[in-house]
This record gives sequence, structure tokens and C-alpha cells, in this order.
Amino acid sequence: MSIALFVPCYVDQLKPRVGLAALDLLRAAGFDVEVLDGLPCCGQPLLTAGEERLARDVATRFVEGTRAFESVVTPSGSCASTLEIHGRRLVPDPPGGRARVVELTRFLSDNGALPSPPTEFPRRVGLHASCHALRELRQGTPSETREQARTDPAAALLREIPGLELVDLTRRDECCGFGGVFAVEEEAVSTRMGLDRLSDHRRGRAEVLTSTDVSCLLHLEGLARREGPPLEVLHVAEILAETHLGAGWLETNAIRGADGSR
Amino acid sequence: MGHVDRARDFVANTERTTWHDEVLWFVRAKRDAAADTLPEWEALRDEAAGIKRDVLGRLPELWRRFEQEATAAGATVHWARDAAEHNRIVHELLRTHDVKRVVKSKSMLTEECGLNPHLEAQGIEVVDTDLGERIVQLREEAPSHIIMPAIHLKRGEIGDLFHQEMGTPAGLDDPDELTAVARRDLRARFLAAEAGITGVNFAVAETGSFVVVTNEGNADLGTALPRLHIACVGLEKIVPTANDLAPFLRLLARSATGQPISTYTSHFRAPRADDGNGGPPPELHVVIVDNGRSRLLAEPAFREALACIRCGACLNTCPVYRRSGGHSYGSTVPGPIGSVLAPSQDPARHAELPHACSLCGSCSDVCPVRVPLHHQLLTWRSHLAESGHHPRRRRLAFRIAARVLSNAGLYDRATRAGRWIARRLPSRWLDRLGGPWTRSRALPSIPAESFHQALAAREEERP
Repeated sequence: MSIALFVPCYVDQLKPRVGLAALDLLRAAGFDVEVLDGLPCCGQPLLTAGEERLARDVATRFVEGTRAFESVVTPSGSCASTLEIHGRRLVPDPPGGRARVVELTRFLSDNGALPSPPTEFPRRVGLHASCHALRELRQGTPSETREQARTDPAAALLREIPGLELVDLTRRDECCGFGGVFAVEEEAVSTRMGLDRLSDHRRGRAEVLTSTDVSCLLHLEGLARREGPPLEVLHVAEILAETHLGAGWLETNAIRGADGSR
Repeated sequence: MGHVDRARDFVANTERTTWHDEVLWFVRAKRDAAADTLPEWEALRDEAAGIKRDVLGRLPELWRRFEQEATAAGATVHWARDAAEHNRIVHELLRTHDVKRVVKSKSMLTEECGLNPHLEAQGIEVVDTDLGERIVQLREEAPSHIIMPAIHLKRGEIGDLFHQEMGTPAGLDDPDELTAVARRDLRARFLAAEAGITGVNFAVAETGSFVVVTNEGNADLGTALPRLHIACVGLEKIVPTANDLAPFLRLLARSATGQPISTYTSHFRAPRADDGNGGPPPELHVVIVDNGRSRLLAEPAFREALACIRCGACLNTCPVYRRSGGHSYGSTVPGPIGSVLAPSQDPARHAELPHACSLCGSCSDVCPVRVPLHHQLLTWRSHLAESGHHPRRRRLAFRIAARVLSNAGLYDRATRAGRWIARRLPSRWLDRLGGPWTRSRALPSIPAESFHQALAAREEERP
């Protein structure tokens, strides 16, 4: 199977270690992964802003540039959903077909042979359900529906980790309020939504906040750092790397500056 | 002032926002519990969505049948192209029957058409008889929710209102006592009314009948006494047969309030029986209103929104609605469905509404008739941008962003430069440059290397 890793622009720039974690996990699972270069974006920021034509151009570039692969794996439910749900509408299949874009935890669960068993991670972890992984990609069962239960691959992978306790939430899949341009244009409501999510996780005594989406986490982390006791924020890929690729992975792969150092 | 500003004002009152969010979340939770009682919930949604899809493909045929049957049963059917024609027809009926006092049960359509102010300007007294609707009428404001019009008010505020308007003791805020006072006040108005106006939840083509659903029985009382009943119905509210009512009635109350069925589900067909006390015979008039619906029907991207049965579930589940209140939308129908409907009525005025949404998709999953609300909101954004309703500067910014994101070299240079600068600026400067993002959020620490740089460095170290 020919697979590529897509590290979206904001992960590339702001949370580079998440990309490294995804890459190392895929390699450890035995996949020969090619890292996409020069294709930083799925088009989502343009699409949600209402710039559908610009989004189509960017998505077309992406679809054309990845058509040689069977699957494109990405540590983002949101970007995967953009390409899988809207990209298929915006960009017709190129001759010879297109790559399937798959969110990382989904890919690892479906094809997964992570080096097991995972080592201990004795922390209370709050898993924030990314709306796009959940309600667009249907990774899990949205609380609104009465559809047949589907397993959330991120939760399933986290549950296998000894010592890791997933906290119970009052509202298990309410939006954090990031929403792309929404976070800026409707800043007041977005902030309030994020603070409400944070208090739910804090009520559950979460020590670590995680999600399949860096975008939700950037918003929640930004709010958490302004208010309340410290909360460590890690992408699911980072927790999986730390527990499956040898304890200390996070420290070894720390990126200068990402922890506040210059 | 648009949604953004009104929402900011709403959210500024933290305590009230918490209260509003929790009240509506409680209704959402009741809806969840009601859905749990039906193992066939998802199949029921499919069935209802299927019926609506079929109906939207043959509205003219179904309404012609309705008109035929209703007329045969003794009702009179009127057609109104828009709000103005609707208001004219209703006023004309009231005028020719010499009606000065009207009771009206809840109808979002008459809200949409602005019927009350139109009739009041002609010297006709209109009393809304749904308790919540009566409360907002007395406060001279619009409903903030389509099935719970006064959900934005706390009981103390209602106590104050009743103290002013109905002379209840100051400080009385017991819901039961206040309701009793409102009932007494309304009872006199029911008795004095010369005409009753109702909305319509479902019209049935094969029988020429229609169904009005209430919890308070006010539609029944309001039409049982006067000799004139005028029912106002939107073009989308028809189903082919009486059997088709079943899935909708099962879904409606559960989705709206978590009740297994509404307290009153009343079927109307012919004018009510003459009471034999003399006077002119009772009349039943049905006014079928388009008011932009056929325009929406012609838009493949949005026509499914006409399947809406106005249960309000998308409002209750919407994290934005719960934290910004119904009035923040500035449209007759607030929340996700309102933000889909309003731009088709007045794109310039409501261009902002499709952006009052984080695209979480909860509305589409809660919708009993599977309207893909959040995808329609996304589609509206591009429709409104293309038709010139987005600021030029905003569009230019995204064109520049698209250029950077489509050019590997440009992306690399721009992001390197951006991070280089960001890492050297004092954080308070960065916070200022961050604009609305940093008003409430700390910027993330800016890494020295991007993922691609870190990867290259690592592969150099250990090839």
C-alpha cells in the first residue's frame, strides 16, 4: 500500500512534533510512508470563509498532487473531512482515481499494527471530540443520533494504554468553538464555547487535554493558558508516540521554542 | 449592529449566558431521552425526510388537491404570493366580517409576515394566546425561539411584566400563580374575540384538512368560540395523506420538547358547526403563503430546508444559539434553520448569519427530517461571497492566503519569515498583532522549526 503523510499547514508551523509523531507511528506500524512536501493545505480555511473557488483550486492541487497514493494519512480529522466530504464534491476524480484521505487514528485502527503493548501513561486524559472527525467522518456515534454505535478510533487507542484514564464529560461531544474564521469573527461566542469545554474537562479532573485535531487544541490551549490551573495539551498522536515508541519520545522529539524557550 | 455585536453583548453577561445555555441544553437532553424510547428513531427520520422530499417535488399538485377537498368541505382557500398579500387577505376577511378583536395562536408564519403590526395599524386588536408569545407581545419584542418564544426571560422578569401589565403583586414570580393570572386575563379575551387566527403544522392534501399542534389548547379555544377561523399556512407545510402525519407527529413533539406527543393535536377540516344562536354561519378560511418559499424551492442547494417542521431542536442543540440568544440573529426564525432561511429573504441584511456557526454539525444530526443544515450554511457563505455580500478587504485577504497556500516556495518563505519575526517580538506586541484571536487566547509558543525543517534536521543527524 502506497501511503503519504499530510501534515497540514498549522500543524507544520505551530505543532511540528505532532507531524513527527504521526510519521514515527506510521513507520513503526510498518508502513513505507512518503511525507508530502509542497502541499501544505486542503483548502478548508478558504472553504469555510466562503471562498469556494479558491478552496477548489487549492483542493485540486492537493488531489492532483496525491493521486499516485492509495491513502493519504493526516493527523487531522478536520482536514481529512474537508477533502473527503467537500473535496469529492469540489474536485472531480482525476484520471486513474484519487487517494483516500484518512485521519491518523482511523488509519492506525483499521490497518494497525502498532508496536504493542503500549507502556504506561498514568494520567487523567480529557479527549475532546473533534466535530469534523465525529460528525463528518462519523468516527464514533454523535450524541444526537441513535445510529448503530461506532467505535471512536482515537478513544479506542487511548483506552489500550495502561494507567491512562479517560475522564467522563458532561457533554461528550459539544463543539469547542474553534470553527476556523469563526474563532476570529465570532470571537466572543467562540471564547465562551471554549471556556465551557475547558470547565467540563477540568470538572473531570483532566491533567492532559487531547484530540485528533490540533486546531481545536490551539484554541483550547490558548484559553487555558490565560485562565485556570495548567493543563497539558497533547495531540493523540503524541500520546500514542510516547506510549508505543518508547517512553521519553516526547522529550527526545521536543522542538526548540515550542515549549516557550527561545 | 449584526449577530457578532449582539452576541458579544449577550455573552458579556456570563451568568445569564450560563443560565440560557443550561435551560436549552436541558431541553436538548429531554429530546435525547425521548429519542431513546424509539428504537426506530433513525428509520423514522428517514421516513419523514423521504415524505418531505417527495412533497417538495410536487407541491402544486398537492395544494390543488387540498384546495379541492377543503373547498368541498366548506372552507375557503386563498393564495398569497408574499407577506403583504397575506396581510391584505387576512385584513380584508376581518374587515368584511367587521372584526375588531382577534385571538391568535402561535404561528411563525404570521410573525414572518408582520401580521400583528399590520392589523393593529388598522385598528384591530390582536392577542397572542400562547403564553410565551403573549409575554413577548406584552414586552413588545420578537420571540427568541420558535417554540418557546419567551425562553430568554427569567421568571422574575415575567413577574415584573405581569405586575405592570396585569397588576399582580410586586415580586410575585411563582410560575403557577403567574400562569393562573395569565389564564384569567386571556379567558376574557377569548370570550370577546370575533375571530381566531391559527398557524398550521401540517396540511393534508387528500382530505383538505389541517393539523394544529399546541400544548396549551389555545388554538382550540381560539377557534371554538368565534364564527371566523383564519388559518395561515406556509407553502411547504403539506403532506399527501393522513397516514403521512404519523411519522411527523411522532418526531415533532419528541424533537421539540421531549414529549411523546403534544398535548393537543387538533384536526380542522370544515367550518365549525353552527351553534344555532342565530347570526351568520361560521366560516373557515385557509391562506396559503409563498413569501419566498418557491424561490428557495428553485435553489437545489437549499430546497431541503423547506422540509423543516419547526421543532426547534436545531436551536436547542446549537452551541452558538445557546450562547448568543435568539434575538442576536435579528431574523424571525433564529438559530441554524433561521440562518439558512433568512439570507434567501434578504441576502444583504442577513449575509452575516451563515457565519454565526462553527460548522460543528450538531444541527444536522438532531434534525428530525435530516435537513443538512450546516452544509447549507457553508454553501450560503460562498453564495453570498459570490453575490457581493462579503467585504472586499476580506475577500482580498483570502485571495492572498490562497496564493501562499498554493505555492510551495512562497509558503516556505512566508512562514519562515513569519516565525522568525514572531519569535523575536515581545509577547505583548504579538498579542496586539493577534487581533481578536489573542483577546482571550494566549498565542502558542512559536517553534524554531516547522515540521518539515525538524524532519530534515533529524534525517541529517541520523540518515
